[in-house]
Amino acid sequence: MGIHTSVDPETDTVRFLSPEGALCRPIPSSIGDELLVMLYRAMTRTRIFDGKAVALQRTGQLGTFASALGQEAVGVGAAAAMQARDVLAPSYRDHGAQFLRGMTMAECLLYWGGDERGSDFAGPRLDFPNCVPVATQIAHAVGAAYAFKLRREDRVVLTFIGDGGTSNGGFYEALNMAGVWKTPAVIVINNNGWAISTPCARECAAASLAQKSVAVGIEGRQVDGNDVVAVYDTVRQAIEKARAGQGPTLIEALTYRLGDHTTADDATRYRDPELVRREWTREPIARLRAYLTRKGAWSQHKEDALQRECLEEVGQAVNAYLGAQPADCNAMFDHLYAALPASYSYQRDMARRFSPRNGGGHG
Amino acid sequence: MAELNLVEAVNHALAYEMANDESVLLLGEDIGVNGGVFRATNGLQARFGCERVIDTPLAEGAIAGVAVGMAAMGLKPVAEIQFTGFIYPTIDQMINHASRLRNRTRGRLTCPMVLRSPYGAGIHAPEHHSESPEAIFAHMPGLRVVIPSSPARAYGLLLAAMRDPDPVVFLEPTRLYRLFKQAVADDGESLPLDACFLSREGKDVTLVAWGAMMQETLAAADALEQEGVDAEVIDVATIKPLDVETILRSVEKTGRCVIIHEAPRTAGFGAEIAAEIAERALFSLLAPVKRVAAYDVVVPLSRLERQYIPSVDRIVEAVRSAMEGS
Ligand SMILES: Cc1ncc(C[n+]2csc(CCOP(=O)(O)OP(=O)(O)O)c2C)c(N)n1
Repeated sequence: MGIHTSVDPETDTVRFLSPEGALCRPIPSSIGDELLVMLYRAMTRTRIFDGKAVALQRTGQLGTFASALGQEAVGVGAAAAMQARDVLAPSYRDHGAQFLRGMTMAECLLYWGGDERGSDFAGPRLDFPNCVPVATQIAHAVGAAYAFKLRREDRVVLTFIGDGGTSNGGFYEALNMAGVWKTPAVIVINNNGWAISTPCARECAAASLAQKSVAVGIEGRQVDGNDVVAVYDTVRQAIEKARAGQGPTLIEALTYRLGDHTTADDATRYRDPELVRREWTREPIARLRAYLTRKGAWSQHKEDALQRECLEEVGQAVNAYLGAQPADCNAMFDHLYAALPASYSYQRDMARRFSPRNGGGHG
Repeated sequence: MAELNLVEAVNHALAYEMANDESVLLLGEDIGVNGGVFRATNGLQARFGCERVIDTPLAEGAIAGVAVGMAAMGLKPVAEIQFTGFIYPTIDQMINHASRLRNRTRGRLTCPMVLRSPYGAGIHAPEHHSESPEAIFAHMPGLRVVIPSSPARAYGLLLAAMRDPDPVVFLEPTRLYRLFKQAVADDGESLPLDACFLSREGKDVTLVAWGAMMQETLAAADALEQEGVDAEVIDVATIKPLDVETILRSVEKTGRCVIIHEAPRTAGFGAEIAAEIAERALFSLLAPVKRVAAYDVVVPLSRLERQYIPSVDRIVEAVRSAMEGS
């Protein structure tokens, strides 16, 4: 039938693990326990990092931060399906994916701590930086994917967008081009239910966001975004399809934002705490832990060791972040152009002269 | 009289006008139940209902565009853009339609809308939350660009903006939202648009600023007083159309002018003011007109933003050099 003409959330949502961690259908044999444990570890790592980052913000040691609490399966599942040579075009809440790509925790902290060097990833050199203006990253992903297609490179671009972001014109425009050009792009909607205080139903009247693929002639899938196996498997298929030259896929991952939108937000103003309590029974980490434990692939002992390991890793990242020498005012000029135009030297000299480091006044 | 900070003054002005003019309605992201991310619309949805305080989908271009449609049909929409870094998608609608509707239809259709947005740096916000794009809008014929510098001016100018028959871009300095309080009579009295305010009288030099930079500018004026320099300070308030007469009168009196703004220097609105002075008051000048602006760099993330925003020291130094120029 070629393209799907609709996505019915009742019947078409991909899921392997129930909220209790029971199997809803057999996990593909290509997904072994080792991979599942890796996914579990990556989600746990992300959650422990998030907890620490929020604590740092609360104690004035970090700027505004966007936690991925409750949504770990989306970033982790998707990034785990990528190859190193692929490219990620993240939004601003996708550090779960970025960590798997090789961005360090210290870089993440540096960015949210107000220092541009946090976007100069030592690891994934071709991955895009965080994208704060909602929906603008989708076009970058499609353009990057076009470059790969044009050069016949065996690479795929994966990008994330929130549910709110799909209301934005930039989303439709880029999705449409992806369809026309059949670019090797995978677009993952991280539907966490909320765009700050705006619930998904106030963003869009369609039965699903995956349906938005229909109007642009690309395939749309919907997955249980709290089931990391479903996310991984669906994204893997979409990536393989894209790599085989068969074009883009839009994947809607249904999850829930358990925390505030950012540390600058107070979700109790607009959200029923009862709903949040219920969502805690569906979150992705406990779900996979229950499954792995039942299979004998995970234990309390392993859990304790993992917690220790993650806390130590996060602790080291925090130390690296807090110990980083602050950038001086030259940093504002250093990367503006490949070479600073001559006309700038006057401004840079002035910035230096007024910099507190050089005895100048505050700012 | 209630003591209000700037964001409360905005809230009061919106509430006053909604209570007194049924055609006024608000739209924007998270402005309803949440009361806006800065609480500028706090409590207004509870008071005026979901039909007049609309939580929109996340689509800035459409927010501005539907406001054009509403305004053309007799409503008075006040649209909020959550942060100025996200105002750029509205430029298509503001420039191609809001600013031209009256002219294009020879006055048959008009566009009495207000596009409000928090603006400027200084609150340690993430990327794209700290820009100062006033010059972009000021360049467009048919728009008004208004920037308050205090709670009282925010209240009076926003009322005037809502009552104005043409589109107004109303930029609210985020740094001032909660910086200080002021007595504001919630009496529905507006302040004039298209007029500069004389914030401080002096005879030696004219300092011209707007928005949050009025803080540093007034502090610089105080510091200069210690040095025996008597500075006159003008709050431009309406960037476009510019009340150039008030500025020229002052410069003719003092013979010196320093213009201060937080937007980058090149093609910033300071250049426009300097050009007006050069054209119309050159022979009153005792020294070249100076600009103290942000550097021509991307607004840095929070660690360096204080070095980006022009400091009191920079203003004082510019004034000193202007004082030497005779
Ligand atoms: C174009 C644009 N408008 C407004 C904002 C301010 N803002 C930041 S996040 C956000 C909500 C985004 O919701 P969603 O796309 O669902 O992603 P989530 O934050 O829930 O992951 C808004 C309105 C922005 N970053 N970009």
